Amino acid sequence: MTWTRKHLLDIESLSAEEIQHILATARAFKAVGERAIKKVPALRGKTVVNLFVEPSTRTRTSFELSAIRLSADVINFTAEASSLKKGETLKDTARNLEALNTDIIIIRHSAAGAPHFLARVLDASVVNAGDGAHEHPTQALLDAFTMLEKKGRIAGLKVTILGDILYSRVARSNIWLLTKLGAEVTLCGPSTLVPRQFERMGCRVTYHLEEAIRDADVLNLLRIQHERQRKTMFPGTGEYAALFGLNSARLKLTKPDALIMHPGPINRGVEIESWIADSDRSVILDQVNNGLAVRMAVLYLINGGQGPQELGGSN
Amino acid sequence: MAEQHILMDSREIAGALKRMAREIRERNGDCTDLVLMGVQRAGVTLARRLARLLEKELGRPVPVGTLDVAMHRDDLDQRLAPHVHPTHIPGDITGKVVVLVDDVLFSGRTTRAALDALNDFGRARRVQLAVLVDRGHRELPIRADFVGKNVPTAPADHIEMRLDEEGGEDAVYLMRP
Repeated sequence: MTWTRKHLLDIESLSAEEIQHILATARAFKAVGERAIKKVPALRGKTVVNLFVEPSTRTRTSFELSAIRLSADVINFTAEASSLKKGETLKDTARNLEALNTDIIIIRHSAAGAPHFLARVLDASVVNAGDGAHEHPTQALLDAFTMLEKKGRIAGLKVTILGDILYSRVARSNIWLLTKLGAEVTLCGPSTLVPRQFERMGCRVTYHLEEAIRDADVLNLLRIQHERQRKTMFPGTGEYAALFGLNSARLKLTKPDALIMHPGPINRGVEIESWIADSDRSVILDQVNNGLAVRMAVLYLINGGQGPQELGGSN
Repeated sequence: MAEQHILMDSREIAGALKRMAREIRERNGDCTDLVLMGVQRAGVTLARRLARLLEKELGRPVPVGTLDVAMHRDDLDQRLAPHVHPTHIPGDITGKVVVLVDDVLFSGRTTRAALDALNDFGRARRVQLAVLVDRGHRELPIRADFVGKNVPTAPADHIEMRLDEEGGEDAVYLMRP
């Protein structure tokens, strides 16, 4: 297929073919990251702005390094140090950034739909790095890339997403992506955080933890988002760990080759016992590493996906 | 409706590659340090064919690599995002004689990108260029060391390479709009 999109705003609107194309492109970029010289000139002369209105270290750093490895010039822009604090609107901030001849804006925002809004008002390409509880497309892509790398396929995989689904943009993007590529997705967690209406997205919801983890090929543990919780959602992290945390006893119930994933940052001792997070079963650091390849692929594709038509006679 | 002219059939392709293999051997003596690098994608098929011919002559394997130049192209934002294919380098190329193998030599921009890409993997002692078809219209000071066929073309023409490794058609066509 030929990539024609200018933005990456969500997984929901991507076709299975487009997702596969990003993953295939990411494979080539992973090889770039393993070379002695880890840079390629694909975005030379381009300016990439990391517009992180909501705090983040790992995603911002990952996007920054991805853009640097593509030889782009990168500006980091955080809400704390910006005019947004002085009451400037997002639109005005973004327009000012665009006036600096920005080519790609990577935005993280606490409001769902903020990247879509920017894509409508700006000429620059926009990448969604997480918008509220809506979507986090590159996280889902790097999760899928890791599953593909470790398991060789997505179709038919049994993936259990465990924890705070309600507030999780990672869960939403993962559900869209995995169901589009033919995986069987099971959601499990406290009933207050895993409402039944998620079944409409094509996945199974269960509140029986043992049943959810027994057959799973992949266990994707989500972070309990203290900052988004209302007090009524569950009694406390101790109780969550006791009822839904992955501990030694529960690990014994899982398939011996089931992957343990977590988008980070981990609350050690809450979602997962510390030693399990550091064990051979955990692919958490592979996810971080694969994030670079996936984000390089996304930046590369949207940068090229604007031309009128593919040129013939490429020699 | 585009006109289609056959430039090379399978016999001519095989003959041209045989001659190119002989020339590569003449130029590089016993070829001990030789590495063939096919430029993705058709160049890879041609590099493998050249390697088989050289191996028959030399009685030993000739390393073949694949080089993707998409990320080094200078026209990325004028195109729809091109596909990226794997690059595979068979060992350290530093100090080696690398023969870049491509299907068509046209503007020279792919070759320039290939030279840049190659630089990321080491400093070859010498780099030579082998192409099956040289169609002219260079935009950069680049020339091939080994050419299968020189073909005069108009800038709008298109060279279509059909290289089938599974018994299908093996031919080179000139497509004239």
